Amino acid sequence: MVEKIYQWLEDRTGLISLIGKVAKHPVPSGARWWYVFGSATLCAFIIQVASGIALALYYIPSADEAYVTLQTITQSTTFGAFARALHYYGASAMVLMVGIHMAQVFLQGSYKFPREMNWLTGVLLLGFTLLMGFTGQILRWDQNAVWTAVVAAKQASRAPLVGGWLSTLILGGPTVGGSTLSRIFVVHVFLIPALVFAFVGLHLLLVLRHGISEPPQPGKKVNPQTYRKEYEAALKKDGVPFWPDAIWRDMVFAAAMTIGIVILAFVFGPPELGHPPDPSLIDANPRPDWYLIWYFAVLALLPHGIENFFMIFAPLFAGILLILFPFISNHGERSPSRRPWAVAVVIMVVVMIGAFWLAGVKSDWSPNFDPKPLSVEVIGADSGPIFKGAHLFEVKGCLNCHLIEGDGGRRGPDLSEVGDKLSANQMLLLISNGAPNMPSYASTLTPTEIDEIIAFLRSRHSRVK
Amino acid sequence: MSKQNSIPAVTDAKKISRRSFFQRLIFALAGLMTAAVGIPLVGFIFRPLFKKPPSVWRPVGKIDSFKIGETVAVTFLQSSPLPWAGVTAKTAAWLRRESTDNFTAFSTSCTHLGCPVRWRSEAQLFMCPCHGGVYDKDGSVAAGPPPLPLPRYPTRVTKDQVEILVTL
Repeated sequence: MVEKIYQWLEDRTGLISLIGKVAKHPVPSGARWWYVFGSATLCAFIIQVASGIALALYYIPSADEAYVTLQTITQSTTFGAFARALHYYGASAMVLMVGIHMAQVFLQGSYKFPREMNWLTGVLLLGFTLLMGFTGQILRWDQNAVWTAVVAAKQASRAPLVGGWLSTLILGGPTVGGSTLSRIFVVHVFLIPALVFAFVGLHLLLVLRHGISEPPQPGKKVNPQTYRKEYEAALKKDGVPFWPDAIWRDMVFAAAMTIGIVILAFVFGPPELGHPPDPSLIDANPRPDWYLIWYFAVLALLPHGIENFFMIFAPLFAGILLILFPFISNHGERSPSRRPWAVAVVIMVVVMIGAFWLAGVKSDWSPNFDPKPLSVEVIGADSGPIFKGAHLFEVKGCLNCHLIEGDGGRRGPDLSEVGDKLSANQMLLLISNGAPNMPSYASTLTPTEIDEIIAFLRSRHSRVK
Repeated sequence: MSKQNSIPAVTDAKKISRRSFFQRLIFALAGLMTAAVGIPLVGFIFRPLFKKPPSVWRPVGKIDSFKIGETVAVTFLQSSPLPWAGVTAKTAAWLRRESTDNFTAFSTSCTHLGCPVRWRSEAQLFMCPCHGGVYDKDGSVAAGPPPLPLPRYPTRVTKDQVEILVTL
């Protein structure tokens, strides 16, 4: 009976033999653990689809109700908090895996002939993944999400000619409101996933068409005239069927990743919901999720004069460069040991993103709005000009941006030992005139107040004798 | 022989002509269907670009509730919020009473990247939490990355009520 059903299905659809043919297509025998990151990305995407469908059963994409539904999912729905956490850590894994997969493909020169289109579709999938992450953060419709949408629209508005239109399209109006969430929801749940499905399909089709790239060997160059024949010959000689000789490694790695995601979701839970999405609550401090923190830092540390240019053209330039890469050089050496510049580029990108990420986590450029008051011990006086100066230093906002003995902000220099470094006149000039990142206090402080602040600052000395 | 050959040639030409017609018909019908469905939908999707929100005067408080020289946060509704906007229909401004009947209202959004600026009353400064932008009490840029001063809303006093002109 089972055999009959099998035969009937095969006769009418042809799917079983097709799947078998695809599963058992020959791959290079040397394709080992370096090759697991692409399938891990796909696995993370499947987790996202499954957890996303589960969340959509409860989530109401309405500006008025989304926050309440998220509270309900998190606090009083069985496995609701887990589903949210799974979606969050699944997204993190997908971003991480797509990045590693891309670095591996780049390092091993797998983007070269005839796999240029594999690379191109991969670049688009990287872009879609980041866009999914960003829009997903906004669907977490709390105070941070609302202001993140405003920040995104503000960035888009810097584009020449069409900036205003882009901003309006993102928000669904001139400002964040009832239309915003619906639009972001449509992009996150329908538009980008449809594109991801289409391009994942195309990407896999291309992998089947051109085969998995063989591990690179120093001195073995890609010659578009002969590559295909050489590849076929190598497959015939020592190729192995994808199922199960190669796929078991993908399964082992994907299973480890999935278990890791599940453990993280159970142990750490979902990202915290902030205050309600009320744009009139202005005590907000919007921050992107971890995978975009580095870009947040770049925007903070850019020279002010090139911001407009950078915000629009840098992502555009980076995208175009990535797309054009295989068309600039699609032949020659593939081995990283013969392509030191490729290794250098990957190291440079990782170091740059890592450094900006650390800077973003610390966010030293943000004023500390809640600094610990300076104690009498730190001030070193309980009356007189030094004490009054310390009080003014606190209330006039200086402590928001400067450190004194480890307390305060980090926007400006640490002033714990400024008495050893600047004269009273130099302090007077700085306080009165300000600096590029420091306001002028000439109009908000009286001469006596400035003298008292200087007295306090002049009393800041190194404690090392 | 040549006569026999010439007959199918004419038939082929006719067939090619019919095929060519069908090809054009297919493309024309596909274009027609796309336009019939697409144009209204594109108009619907891009509606916010062409719909200018109305300008509405919103009351933000009695004139006596504001002290001269003080800057405070005021909240009010957008000019035409959607029925399902909920709390997102609300927005805020920093309102400063300059004199007896003169008020200045500043946008709360930093001109750098739109983060909400905070007023530090004793320092007489607006500070942005995101990238450290600082504005003076008149909204002009005092330090940091903001490229422009804080935008202002028009204000008026009507029957002891302070109002802000909202176009959002």
